Amino acid sequence: MNQLTKVLHIDLSKRSFHVEDRGDLFQYYLGGAGVGINLLNENCPEGADPLGLDNPIIFAVGPLVGLYPLASKTVAMFKSPLTGNLGESHAGGRSSVSIRSAGYGAIVIKGKSSTPVYLSITDEGVRFRDASGFWGVVNSVTVGRIVRELETGSGMRTIMRIGGAGERMVKYACVTTETYRHFGRLGLGAVFGSKLLKAICISGNHSVDVSDSSIYRKTYDEIYKKAVDSPLMKKYHDYGTAANIVPLNLLKGLPTKNLTSASDPEAESISGEHLAEAYLGRRIACAHCPVACIHIAALREPYEKELFFYKTKMIPYDYELIYSLGSMLGVFDPDGMLELIEEVEIYGMDAMSSGVVLAWATEAYMNGLVSSEDTLGLDFKWGNTEAYLQAIEHIVKQPNEFYTALASGVEAASMRYGGAEYAMAFGKNEMPGYHTGAAAHIGHLVGSRHSHLDTAGYSLDQKILKGQEMTDEEIVEALLAEEAWRQVLSSLVICFFARGLYAPELVVRALETAGHKVDEAGLNRLGLEILREKNRFKMREGFDPLNIRIPKRVFETKSSRGMIKEETIRDAIRGYFEKLAL
Amino acid sequence: MKKLEVVDSERCVGCQLCMFACNRRFGGGGLAKSAIRVRSTGGVERGFVVIVCRACQDPPCLKVCPVDALSYREGGGVLLDASKCIGCGNCVDACPMGAVFWDSERNKPDICVHCGYCVDYCPHEVLELREVQE
Repeated sequence: MNQLTKVLHIDLSKRSFHVEDRGDLFQYYLGGAGVGINLLNENCPEGADPLGLDNPIIFAVGPLVGLYPLASKTVAMFKSPLTGNLGESHAGGRSSVSIRSAGYGAIVIKGKSSTPVYLSITDEGVRFRDASGFWGVVNSVTVGRIVRELETGSGMRTIMRIGGAGERMVKYACVTTETYRHFGRLGLGAVFGSKLLKAICISGNHSVDVSDSSIYRKTYDEIYKKAVDSPLMKKYHDYGTAANIVPLNLLKGLPTKNLTSASDPEAESISGEHLAEAYLGRRIACAHCPVACIHIAALREPYEKELFFYKTKMIPYDYELIYSLGSMLGVFDPDGMLELIEEVEIYGMDAMSSGVVLAWATEAYMNGLVSSEDTLGLDFKWGNTEAYLQAIEHIVKQPNEFYTALASGVEAASMRYGGAEYAMAFGKNEMPGYHTGAAAHIGHLVGSRHSHLDTAGYSLDQKILKGQEMTDEEIVEALLAEEAWRQVLSSLVICFFARGLYAPELVVRALETAGHKVDEAGLNRLGLEILREKNRFKMREGFDPLNIRIPKRVFETKSSRGMIKEETIRDAIRGYFEKLAL
Repeated sequence: MKKLEVVDSERCVGCQLCMFACNRRFGGGGLAKSAIRVRSTGGVERGFVVIVCRACQDPPCLKVCPVDALSYREGGGVLLDASKCIGCGNCVDACPMGAVFWDSERNKPDICVHCGYCVDYCPHEVLELREVQE
């Protein structure tokens, strides 16, 4: 009774659903990204409007979910309103365990509701519930509270929801789950908004069978022990991903003030160490993860008008948020940075895209491309937290053409106002926080999600800095091999933080207990095949890697590995796609 | 005799590893058979509560079982004889802690037997197996 083969199809236009057995897909592609891209191909017509009713939302989990620690992610696939091609975003929380416990391996949502709805999904099927009473509630935390009271399954459910940014279809709006985890990148929140879909609550009570209980328990103990004993896991437990601020700043690879610099003497004040000492209020974990990397700052704020009246905000922080809403904006006051994080959390927008968009706006304003009439009087300058807080609200509400442009992403905004040379996006997705060298940026450009997590080029740069010798061709080969293997991990929905733990040999054994017989070579072939399928989808929707825009700023600011040449990057992109051999 | 105690729920990160461990006693994965549950205290931003049998000396669940499927466990709490259980769910309603859970696949309650298997999988020292004080 391996219920992973069931795909739940939901049609929002007809308010109907049905369950289909797709053992064929799950047997071959395992789950997650592999099953997701196939369901996207089956359900997304060529040229579909990302914000139209034809764009499907797909969620997929994998065969190790509910069985082993750190198989804790859900993969979302859709056509991205931000890039116009592949939208793929991963989130943890309790999402994957809840979907599997409800008896499904994947969920496909199509159509568009005529009135605001939220979905209640259990092992008994789908209920379409009226959300018109809380459509317009812009705070994604409040939306979670409302659904929590309306639905059962406390502790055993996931509540995915959008805030104001999703409703207003900001093209980098996210979907938030369990308050602090996100399908962050590429605009899934806008796709929810376009369908008048406010939230999804999923719960269930199915168990997961294994082929041999005693081998299963032995394998479990092996993985569990590795997870709790690993130094990498300890680092993420102690400081979270914020532990990387100090080393990246020392390496001069921390993008600062729209990458006019790659380090700052003040970065210490927004480091993981300082935040842990002065602000850390709680650590939490995704379901089935012993690491608990999610770090929550407690920020106590007085009310101005009444003495001794305080509110304590619980604000999550991670490396990428500190980079985008801290160093990238020249905000080195931790209180200010945390308030900016809180603001994007509330509205439900991708933190990286938001920070990069505001960083471009600051420079465009300083260069006179944008007037104070455009900004509605906001004085964009590095470190001006107050202006940035108000700008975030304007991006959501879009009161004029300028803020509507900002809500469309940095590439679109720079097309309208100029300043493309410092509009820091790759493949139209705003840049992540690494200026470590050519490998990082090649990775951002060729990666199927234009994410630092596709190929981890930043890690390759750091290995080279430590003395590993590599030719340009070897760098390309390493990036490709990494991205291909990560397709296997994201088909199994294993958290990338556990990539070192889940070595191929262990993956094979774990899969065997879940009823999958496959060898390492087979996994490697599958990874490459999934990567090709994702890229074919991108090309079908107009992605053109050989003519991709690269912001000049990348070549003007010294990286950890020195100045980067455009020619190196262009050659590498060509080399990558030749080797990928689509 | 020993019993399971939640020694500090403030240290709980909500990872659910105890829940998975409990379920694994029956051999498989998922959470359907878990007799310990973790949920947020009304949103994960305010932390978690761990709900599990507190090993009552005079268990309310035992009193409402119409078929004597539950018997007193030495040291507190109850033991279930699944072959007698008719799946009425009275025990679930009777527990003031909400610590009797329901396995809808078997249509029987999940009640902690205080074996302590979950303790070994709590990485954050939330749970302990302690000697029952007289």
